[in-house]
Amino acid sequence: MKELLLGNKALARGLYEAGCSVVSSYPGTPSTEVTEEAAKFKEIYCEWAPNEKVAMEVAFGASLAGKRSFCGMKHVGMNVAADPMFTAAYTGVNAGLVICVADDPGMHSSQNEQDSRHYAAAAKLPMLEPSDSAEAYEFAKLAYEISETFDTPVIIKMCTRVAHSQSVVETGERVLPQEKPYLKNIAKYVMMPGNAIRRHPVVEERMRKLAAFADEQTGEVSVCPLNRVEMGGTELGIITSSTCYQYVKEVFDKKASILKLGMVYPLPEQAIRDFASKVERLIVVEELDPFIENQCRAMGLAVTGKDIFPLEGEFSQNLIAEKLGLPVPAHESLKEALPARPPAMCSGCPHRGLFYTLAKNKCTVLGDIGCYTLGAVAPFSAMDMTLCMGASVSGLHGFNKALGKESEGKTVAVIGDSTFMHSGMTGLANIAYNQSNSTVIILDNSITGMTGHQQNPTTGYNIKGEPAGKIDLESLCRAMGIERVRVVDPYDLAECDRVLKEELAAEEPSVIISRRPCVLLKYVKTNPPLRVNGEKCVGCKSCMRLGCPALTVKNKRAVIDATLCVGCGVCEQLCKFGALGGIQ
Amino acid sequence: MTKNIMIVGVGGQGSLLASKLLGHLLLSEGYDVKVSEVHGMSQRGGSVVTYVRFGEKVYSPIIDQGEADFIVSFEKLEAARYVSYLKPDGRIVTNTQEIDPIPVTTGQTSYPEDLVDKMREMGIRVDAMDCLSLANEAGSSKAVNIVLMGRLSRYFDIPADKWRQAIRECVPAKFTELNLKAFELGRGED
Repeated sequence: MKELLLGNKALARGLYEAGCSVVSSYPGTPSTEVTEEAAKFKEIYCEWAPNEKVAMEVAFGASLAGKRSFCGMKHVGMNVAADPMFTAAYTGVNAGLVICVADDPGMHSSQNEQDSRHYAAAAKLPMLEPSDSAEAYEFAKLAYEISETFDTPVIIKMCTRVAHSQSVVETGERVLPQEKPYLKNIAKYVMMPGNAIRRHPVVEERMRKLAAFADEQTGEVSVCPLNRVEMGGTELGIITSSTCYQYVKEVFDKKASILKLGMVYPLPEQAIRDFASKVERLIVVEELDPFIENQCRAMGLAVTGKDIFPLEGEFSQNLIAEKLGLPVPAHESLKEALPARPPAMCSGCPHRGLFYTLAKNKCTVLGDIGCYTLGAVAPFSAMDMTLCMGASVSGLHGFNKALGKESEGKTVAVIGDSTFMHSGMTGLANIAYNQSNSTVIILDNSITGMTGHQQNPTTGYNIKGEPAGKIDLESLCRAMGIERVRVVDPYDLAECDRVLKEELAAEEPSVIISRRPCVLLKYVKTNPPLRVNGEKCVGCKSCMRLGCPALTVKNKRAVIDATLCVGCGVCEQLCKFGALGGIQ
Repeated sequence: MTKNIMIVGVGGQGSLLASKLLGHLLLSEGYDVKVSEVHGMSQRGGSVVTYVRFGEKVYSPIIDQGEADFIVSFEKLEAARYVSYLKPDGRIVTNTQEIDPIPVTTGQTSYPEDLVDKMREMGIRVDAMDCLSLANEAGSSKAVNIVLMGRLSRYFDIPADKWRQAIRECVPAKFTELNLKAFELGRGED
């Protein structure tokens, strides 16, 4: 059937048809939908793991047991999963193991724009890179074949524009692969030095075979191999992959010759040399780092790449045309500067009350990854650091060890429930063990918010929304040795302020759990919008300190947008004149 | 020849349904189609952009500056923000609703005035209408997206019945009538 599918959904469809049976992932934009879509097939066991390392190990275990498995993550998630991945290259697989990593050039929803292709080279694993949904679907199936033929995990690298674009896919039926019974093999799967020393040459030999395979898989479009040569004019030869291939086609169509790589590691060296010999000028078009370009240079080829193309951000058809000296369409902007529209905490967001309290108390705030990172923007500006998942908790410990009493009474970590389970727990274990007088605030909105509402170990539900094990945050923190564990409602500003002051003053580590479900969750009942009493409002703008999208001041009076206000009542607590209130 | 429709608005306004509807309709008309969306951080009340491209063969999933045949905007300021993406003979179809961005609500700056006039002064064809009122008339403020699709449908050779059929196939059954009404109100008299 011909369908318009999101890249991530197409990849999930490919996993399904290839007979994948076990999926374990941690959500992360732009990778999340692969696992969400896979979970819709009843034949696949799917789960959200607490983090990417756990997910990778679950998928490895399933492969070892003899089932085709998968784990997906965003680019920074691969840093977390790297430990098992590097050694899984040594053990190889039993049934096929496919790993998806989704990069985010342009950082639509990420803290950096690292180029995950380096992982393929560093871990010595083959990497496929689809350029649209149809290829995401095909490559998922092909990845399992490569995985089992070459006895290796295979990485599929997506990027935002492939993961989150819909294009036409012709789907098929699920075909179950040949059985792969589990066979004990200590020399292959127990990676202690004596065994690993014998496996390393196997990895190197496998890479040579994969490089030869890459060359075999390069040819004319008509035979549709992994790497395609599309000969056009001979003046310009462009080596490209992923979404950049689409931009290049948009600019040149058949006017330039293109070597379109579907496998970006290892590269088809002979095919690249042949291609280079047929064109006058060789250009590599790739986003982020000169990954393909540097390998071409190492082959001794003269090539244009990052000397004209940027190392940062996303590419587009106009960018490529412009850098190659071709005309771009005329366009004109409005003459005046327009107000920006940055993302903001939603009206009724439970994080707002807590961040108001932190700003009011002039706290130094070590932050983390989630919707609450928006606490860093005006009007709160209540965040001093955001690095990676979990770094708030461990960073706070380091901060307090460095400054002692100077920082302990005014410095906090803020971390979401899902992020705490991901990698905040280990930081808290360090606080409890190495005893810093630290105050950790867990922003428990009972969901993984930013990535679009995924369940996690604290919510009590699994990926399909069925009841599941539920980890109790209070008990967990106490079990780690934190005796001061407090729970507050972030809609109650007075309580937040009192508890924060008490815990900052306490001479021992403490955890404050700021608990209220995300206002966007379907089961959360909201109140009617508040109203402004125009006679009482003096236009003091106290309520503006909340940065609520539903509140504005017009003609020196507060105005509430009734289509946005959910009646959380936080602004009401700030108004000294009683001008904001519920419908009587 | 590839045609380009850019859908712009504020995170949470329902642009994903509009792009789903267009993708579904254009695919059923036999075109190659690509739709590109942005998820995650930028959805949280920020400025959001969706690209819909269709033609015999579509390569790039995104629309670049100077390429859009249509900008369909859920909010006036967002229409103005993306005018540089419009072709010289392109057209803007916009809701006249104003949603204050945070720099406006916090008083750092004010909402720009006369945006539709300013765009027209640039020589741009702007079809501006109060889609929120029409959506409310249809039965829900959430139907702004389908009101806009109704308006957009006037500029296509695709028969209105095909659009109606696509709406039936893309929205949950219990909202079909509401959305069909929103479509008619947006499309107006033929």
